[in-house]
Amino acid sequence: MSENERLEIHVKQLIRLAPARPLALLALSGLALGVAACGGGGEGQGAGAEGGEQLSGTINIDGSSTVAPISEAAAAAFQAEPPDVRVTVGTSGTGGGFEKFCKGETDISDASRAVEEDEMEACSKENISFEEITVANDGIAVALNPQNPVTCLTTDQLTQIWDKGSDVSSWSQVDGLQPSFGQELKLFGPGTDSGTFDFFTEAINGEEGQQRTDYNNVGEDDNQTVRGVQGSEGGMGYFGLSFIKENEGKLKAAEVDGGQGCVAPSNETVQDGSYAPLGRPLFIYPSDKAVKRPEVKAFLEFYVENAQMLAEQALFVPLTDEQKSEAQQKIESLGSQQAAVR
Amino acid sequence: MASAKGSAISRPTVRGLGIVRPRYGELAIRTVLLACAFVSVLTTFGIVASLVGPTIEFFQAVSLREFFLTTDWAPTFTPARFGVIPIVVGTLSVTFWALLIAVPFGLGAAIYLSEYARPRARRTLKPILEVLEGIPTIAYGFFAVTFVTPLLRELWFAGEPPAIFNVLSAGLVMGVMILPTVASLSEDAMSAVPRGLREGGYALGGSKLQVSTRVVVPAALSGIVASFVLGFSRAIGETVVVLLAAGAIANLTLDPRESVQTMTAFIAATGSGDIATGTITYKTIFAVGSLLFTITFIVNLISIWLVRRYRQVYS
Repeated sequence: MSENERLEIHVKQLIRLAPARPLALLALSGLALGVAACGGGGEGQGAGAEGGEQLSGTINIDGSSTVAPISEAAAAAFQAEPPDVRVTVGTSGTGGGFEKFCKGETDISDASRAVEEDEMEACSKENISFEEITVANDGIAVALNPQNPVTCLTTDQLTQIWDKGSDVSSWSQVDGLQPSFGQELKLFGPGTDSGTFDFFTEAINGEEGQQRTDYNNVGEDDNQTVRGVQGSEGGMGYFGLSFIKENEGKLKAAEVDGGQGCVAPSNETVQDGSYAPLGRPLFIYPSDKAVKRPEVKAFLEFYVENAQMLAEQALFVPLTDEQKSEAQQKIESLGSQQAAVR
Repeated sequence: MASAKGSAISRPTVRGLGIVRPRYGELAIRTVLLACAFVSVLTTFGIVASLVGPTIEFFQAVSLREFFLTTDWAPTFTPARFGVIPIVVGTLSVTFWALLIAVPFGLGAAIYLSEYARPRARRTLKPILEVLEGIPTIAYGFFAVTFVTPLLRELWFAGEPPAIFNVLSAGLVMGVMILPTVASLSEDAMSAVPRGLREGGYALGGSKLQVSTRVVVPAALSGIVASFVLGFSRAIGETVVVLLAAGAIANLTLDPRESVQTMTAFIAATGSGDIATGTITYKTIFAVGSLLFTITFIVNLISIWLVRRYRQVYS
């Protein structure tokens, strides 16, 4: 117990220092190692803290590459503590992850969408039951130039602008735009191997990877999108929600109307699901069999306990306290029940 | 007579150097120096070797015809399209503007330094010019985006102002960046022209301008051409400035106000993501790299040929 708290404090201290995602994750894993070293040497009696029960084994995680940074951070921090537990995190994609998961090859599946009907069938054929646990929320902001009088865009308008083969080159060509705006449309967006690209194209254009190609493909450098939109009156770009907060004043985030009226992107609207379709929860799916193993249970408890911090660290929107306690309850019940039912 | 004879007799006592015993130290130094020379040669071969494999695999999947003759460049999308022309044109158009700055200004600076400047001015100016070469390209990139582009957009007089990322700004800044290379190498070539040629020019009644442009420049032409070619190669291979300032949209246009993507910017932006080894996107990067290498290589060959053709050897 005391070890857990100590680790959390260390991680939190570190997060204040760490500025960006990749660096921070590196530092986080570095810290985890550091804590392990300190725990061994400094405390003396630390090793038997869990009531003499030594955890060991390997936990296999696979699935969405969007969720992977959170799972990796959780794994890095967790492995510092019970030294004999190895946690591996693969990135086969949500679908690929479920394929392995339902064959019993993995213990936990990372998913950036809810499990689908046919995947559930595949799992039940192999007698694998599981629970869905939300570990973070993901949101995409549509950024506009502050000079742009448009404040709200419908998903239909976004589709018209961004869909494959679109030749919309001016704001005046966008159907039903309020108020009217005549500037040339300049588009900026991430590269095709970015998780943000996958999410945006699926949510807006209906199919992952489907999008017009004549936009400024900034690769992984979202700062170029900021510069581009900031410098073009008719500019539009998209990136992870946390990025808009860092660039307040330079850009404005468009409200998005997914059919239920205009909703501004924020942590709250992403968390409560009203910022649709550009907000979504991110899940992990632990299997029932795996949760019966003490090391997996300990890992899941650790994961959910620190999920908010890990999510913020990986530049996602954290769970609300309610979401967190719901997740904790699920883990609790998973361990005790005979078979979890979804 | 006698003393001369005496010295002639005393000479054999010195004995032939090197005949006495093998000099291992000398051999070691020679080997080390040879190895130094080979490092760059081997690196070049290594680069070519690493480019060849994925490039061949790329062309097994994509026809030469599609690569070189179509104009739709979207290699990371599905369906992928591999018409390389837009990014080649983008590269050449940025290079054009860079050379438009670097060649006349570089040559002008070289003529001034070599022919007009007093020795003292030259001693101060040339090092300053060469320091410009040492400025990191990322600094030039930010200079382009945060200073030159806004200035161009502010001062634009003819029609629609340039886009936030545009060819012109990247090209102009790149021109300033390669100017010292051109100026410094051309100046070296001109300084090497023997004094006698200049004086011959003056003796025939030539003015300073006539001597500079009609005697010295033609005499140093091979070196000057070499400096242009080196400038061109630097411009075509430059990455950071175009990545920051020229945009990232594979747009087939010659309009300098538009955003384009260059070959180097494509490689850099695409390579920064998580590309799986062996995928077509991965091979595309190598194919574009090979094309870039080939273009630079051909230009260098042409320059070697030009230099040989116009070289004047003075002794």
